[in-house]
Amino acid sequence: MTFNDLKKNTKKNFFGLTKIRLALLGDSATQFLAQAIRGMGYENKLDITIFEADFNQIERQILDSGSELYSYNPEYSIIFESGHKLLQKFNKSSEEGRKTFADEQIRRISHLNEILQSNLNSKVIFCNYGEEDDRVFGNFGNKVESSFIYQVRKLNYKLSELAIRNRSFYICDISTIQNKCGRDFLFSPSVYVNSEMVLSIDSLPIIAETLTQIILSFNGKFKKCIIVDLDNTLWGGVIGDDGINNIQIGGLGIGKAFTEFQYWIKKLQQRGIIICICSKNTESIAKEPFEKHPDMVLRLNDIAVFMANWESKVDNIKHIQQILNIGYNSMVFIDDNPFERNIIRENIHHITVPELPKDPAEYLEYLYSLNLFETTSYSVEDTKRTEHYQKETERNAVHASFTNENEFLKSLNMYSDVQSFNSFSIPRVAQLSQRSNQFNLRTVRYTEDEIKFISTSEKYITFSFTLEDKYGDNGLICAIILEKKSTKELFIDTWFMSCRVLKRGMENFVLNKLVDFAYSNGYETIIGEYIPTEKNELVKNHYASLGFYENENFWRLDVSKCQTKECFINLK
Amino acid sequence: MQREIIIKELNEIFEDIIDEGTVFLIETSTSKDVDGWDSLTNIQLVVAVEKKYNIKFTSEEIISWKNVGEMIDCILTK
Repeated sequence: MTFNDLKKNTKKNFFGLTKIRLALLGDSATQFLAQAIRGMGYENKLDITIFEADFNQIERQILDSGSELYSYNPEYSIIFESGHKLLQKFNKSSEEGRKTFADEQIRRISHLNEILQSNLNSKVIFCNYGEEDDRVFGNFGNKVESSFIYQVRKLNYKLSELAIRNRSFYICDISTIQNKCGRDFLFSPSVYVNSEMVLSIDSLPIIAETLTQIILSFNGKFKKCIIVDLDNTLWGGVIGDDGINNIQIGGLGIGKAFTEFQYWIKKLQQRGIIICICSKNTESIAKEPFEKHPDMVLRLNDIAVFMANWESKVDNIKHIQQILNIGYNSMVFIDDNPFERNIIRENIHHITVPELPKDPAEYLEYLYSLNLFETTSYSVEDTKRTEHYQKETERNAVHASFTNENEFLKSLNMYSDVQSFNSFSIPRVAQLSQRSNQFNLRTVRYTEDEIKFISTSEKYITFSFTLEDKYGDNGLICAIILEKKSTKELFIDTWFMSCRVLKRGMENFVLNKLVDFAYSNGYETIIGEYIPTEKNELVKNHYASLGFYENENFWRLDVSKCQTKECFINLK
Repeated sequence: MQREIIIKELNEIFEDIIDEGTVFLIETSTSKDVDGWDSLTNIQLVVAVEKKYNIKFTSEEIISWKNVGEMIDCILTK
């Protein structure tokens, strides 16, 4: 995509795309960047409307509580300060001031962020600085506190520290992009001189893409799973032909490339990405390296679903999807064989299939460049995900041996802990609120701060549900927010549930709890609403099947007429 | 002859970048004569022309052009 393509996109029809309100505040001219972001949004089904502050108005827009920024009320505020302008500020500092330049800047930025956050419920995306040097000290600058390179690196480091401390302050990592593409590519002196724009025309799509990736991730569009082929993808050679002693992996030659690739996948797994194998192989032979090869980084317990057989990969991936119960658009499929890649692309829509380079030595560099695994959160829950799905695979196997559904459910020995939102559950509730797409009745996304507010508000009643069974604890898997519409009516503002626990009778258990609460507090009616999205077809008939009746686009349940639903989950 | 080829090529670049329909460039055309040729699109146009001929203009050159003909003069010096 060139900038001109993106610019042409801005003239296209944005009807029906997800609306995003964004503010762009820059210390250089940002007209092209704004066009590029809107055009890139179109590519990703986002209708991003942008409030673009006048050139070099960051401070005024943020410090003046009556500014256009605040009346625009954006969901996201991008602050784009450039390394070039930073150097100009540095030039004007006194020699003594240069030693504390980064500290001064971070104080300024931190202050701006605080003021903005106190006026707006907006996520701040701050672009960090390209790390360039004025070469006044040469390499020796690294030994001099008052050199620009020392201060700009310190500032970038301090920005990350600020981001760790502030929940709504995020970094768009321009520095990493500049390391990858090069300063000469990013900055064009003649464009700068003639326009006050610091980004070259060719770099605009890259910057816009990375910003769009962050926004998509906030909107629940991120990758959750990577499905990997084995022969010549995870190791060199063909295990079925070459045997365990002759596949290439480890410290020698091309084996290095595969080892490093496996370390990357292992790190993704540790971060919470689900790893699955899909390979045309005999299962026992395919598993052998995972069990016995000393140089393998990945072991069987790193893999959530292992599919090695001679069926088509399309069928295997469909099977994986059924077990994991996540959308294809959250999956990445990695295979060295162009034929397999094309078959998957043609038959499974929305799955991401990177066009892997021919040379395995280039796999990683190429995959880095795609930045496939953008995320906006990271928690302890993420790290346990593989275990959850391994247990799910086990449950599936046991389920097959029961002919009677109820007998199976009883045998699971399920317990649920029901609580109002509290300091332990709030982060997880917020995370689920961002992630849940399928079992989500209204798909209203709440941030951690909003959840915190709701949990203390008199207007709302909240419930969180955990589910454990004899195979393990699924943790917090469902959250309910009830709004007190009147003394007689409760409105289900939020009902989402992790798809891990579908078909366990959790819906009935939750409804029983809601009816109990309503009844004992004198409420007569519970009102539900289904807002359709691209992804929540699953719960289209949710309220109907629970006995609600439809009334002017809402679903109503008379508490007094409601009977306890059958369910095999016990209250913990 | 060469100037005619260049003006034809420039015409294509202008149509693509300005994206507001047909453009008819002549040597004496200025930004006033072409709808959508403003200071912003001009930046894009310059970069696109540089790419097309694999040349670089200096900032001074870019500011000095009064019409398309002068831009062509400049291209021919490279």
